[in-house]
Amino acid sequence: MGVPDDLELFTQMCFLRHFEERADSLYRQGLIHGPVHLGLGQEAVAVGAASVLRADDYSLGTYRGHAHALARGAPADAVLAELLGRQGGICGGKGGSMHITSVEHGYYGSYAIVGAHLPIACGLAWASLIRRTGQVTVCFFGDGTTNIGAFHEAVNLAAVWRLPVVFVCENNWYMEYTPIGDVIPVALPAADRAAAYGLARIVVDGNDVSAVRQVVGDAVHAARDGAGPSLIEAQTYRLKGHSAADGAAYRPAEEVARWRERDPLLLARATLVADGTAGEKLDEIDTRIKGDLADLARQVLARPVPDPAGAWADVWSDGSWQWRN
Amino acid sequence: MAELTYRQAVAAALAQEMARDDRVVLLGEDVGSGGVFKTTGGLRERFGADRVWDTPISEQAIAGAAMGAAMAGLRPVAEIMFADFYATCWDQVANEIAKVRYMTGGQVSLPLVLRGANGSGGLGFGSQHGQSVENWAMTVPGLKIASPAGPAEAFGLLAAAIRDDDPVMVFEHKALYGRKEVVPDGEHVLPLGQARIVRPGADVTLVGLSITVGTCVAAAAELAADGIEAEVIDLRTLVPLDVAAVLGSVARTGRLVVVEENPGQLGWGASVAAIAAQEAFGSLAAPVTRVSGGNVPLPVAASLEAEVDVSVPRVIGAVRGVLGASRPVVRS
Repeated sequence: MGVPDDLELFTQMCFLRHFEERADSLYRQGLIHGPVHLGLGQEAVAVGAASVLRADDYSLGTYRGHAHALARGAPADAVLAELLGRQGGICGGKGGSMHITSVEHGYYGSYAIVGAHLPIACGLAWASLIRRTGQVTVCFFGDGTTNIGAFHEAVNLAAVWRLPVVFVCENNWYMEYTPIGDVIPVALPAADRAAAYGLARIVVDGNDVSAVRQVVGDAVHAARDGAGPSLIEAQTYRLKGHSAADGAAYRPAEEVARWRERDPLLLARATLVADGTAGEKLDEIDTRIKGDLADLARQVLARPVPDPAGAWADVWSDGSWQWRN
Repeated sequence: MAELTYRQAVAAALAQEMARDDRVVLLGEDVGSGGVFKTTGGLRERFGADRVWDTPISEQAIAGAAMGAAMAGLRPVAEIMFADFYATCWDQVANEIAKVRYMTGGQVSLPLVLRGANGSGGLGFGSQHGQSVENWAMTVPGLKIASPAGPAEAFGLLAAAIRDDDPVMVFEHKALYGRKEVVPDGEHVLPLGQARIVRPGADVTLVGLSITVGTCVAAAAELAADGIEAEVIDLRTLVPLDVAAVLGSVARTGRLVVVEENPGQLGWGASVAAIAAQEAFGSLAAPVTRVSGGNVPLPVAASLEAEVDVSVPRVIGAVRGVLGASRPVVRS
């Protein structure tokens, strides 16, 4: 795997931005069956972390997981088909937006029960440890997750077993509609809990893709070298509501404005321009990706819906569903 | 032919499968030192610390780690010490393990086993350590459920569960761990989804699972003294459910008594009874009757516990009731 340059990271983030904007628009048109949670504004965490992983590393995310799947290489048409309930959906139409998974690309699932996937991430890492494969597992979750039992059970187990797992808390400062500060007794939800498990206090600017690359990269290398788990708090902000149905009116306008100035795409753009990349070139990339995704959405919408028989497949490993003879 | 206790049979099945397949790994509280119920004794010494992992008291972490390892291609066997504790990791069991294969369109398989000590059996463990909770699992599509009635079943069903490519919950019975029985020599594996006729009989079908199989056999022996021949069926697994074995027996006897240790309110017997009522209606000479654990939390004092536990007299009473309520049926 070559080292991605800043332009490549910008391009990937731009793709995630327009994918989510397109998903938002499709949701508003009533074309998506079920809830959608957008990762708008959190692109730098997904892209920065994915950029330091080996193809055989494992990653897992939450119901806000489109970006994490796409960043590992999940095909956008299959993800869109899953959102739109069309044939070729990445989960066959049985997972939807909240459960995007692409095992082929090392993305072992989006989990919609808060905290549930942290113990599962431990299990993937445990298998790598037993087999001495050098694989690392990266597990993304939100700030609200740090208050649920599974978080504490998993981080404790990972520390005790010295598992090759990197826990990445995407602190977007809101537990659904509630400011995280209202529901934690410490200043920072993940970083200030790390000491309880003998782990270092690690905070990174989650809107700075280079910083995410550096900090997650260090943790991944440490895990690969047998130094055990890390818990990273990546501070970021979601540009829209908890779900696409949420207008996020509970957030102060000045806070939103402040974070909009720290939009990860603006930061990446500023770095590129400062290094001599022409702004027009970046605009062209942006325009091209936006158009590509509009075309892709039209193509996917034109597909037929899944055959109803699919509802009866994939319960058991032999493909069947029968529970009795 | 060796005589093994139920707990020795569990350990022997684990050893058989660990020797056969190095993907089989164990995790749970105290499993390295043999476990609270002494079902994993000697395995860490024999197979090494890389195959037998002690965990903190963290059932969510145990079940979740088993799931993750299974997704990565291992075949973990997780011990949940008391089956009651599934309540502390039910999200992992019911929302994740049971569903993720389906939700991902079959991208992953979960060849894992969750096993633990289930049931009352009159040991005074009470409401939080003595429940029969196999019916909890049966409400969730995506889980296979086995519950062995004796040492040979404990051995063969656990081996089959480990070899199965889907998640299997094995509900061992804590009151049976000391029970001794001859177990076949050599490799021993029983199919999942195949009930067995423990005792043939023409007058009434008794369907049991786990400890209630023995209750049914004891009841059948007493009934035989009165000239009533009960056929006893051990379901062995609830999912897959061997409906054909039950309906085949009912076609011969015309009467069905289902005996389950879990509470009757939505116990597994309700499903068996409903299936029989719908699919064997023409054969039934009497209403299907259920004997179940009481619809109360489990009390501790022996006299109170005996009041609500399934017992031989209650099964005999149910059989007599069924025979008394019988009407002639036209057999085709």
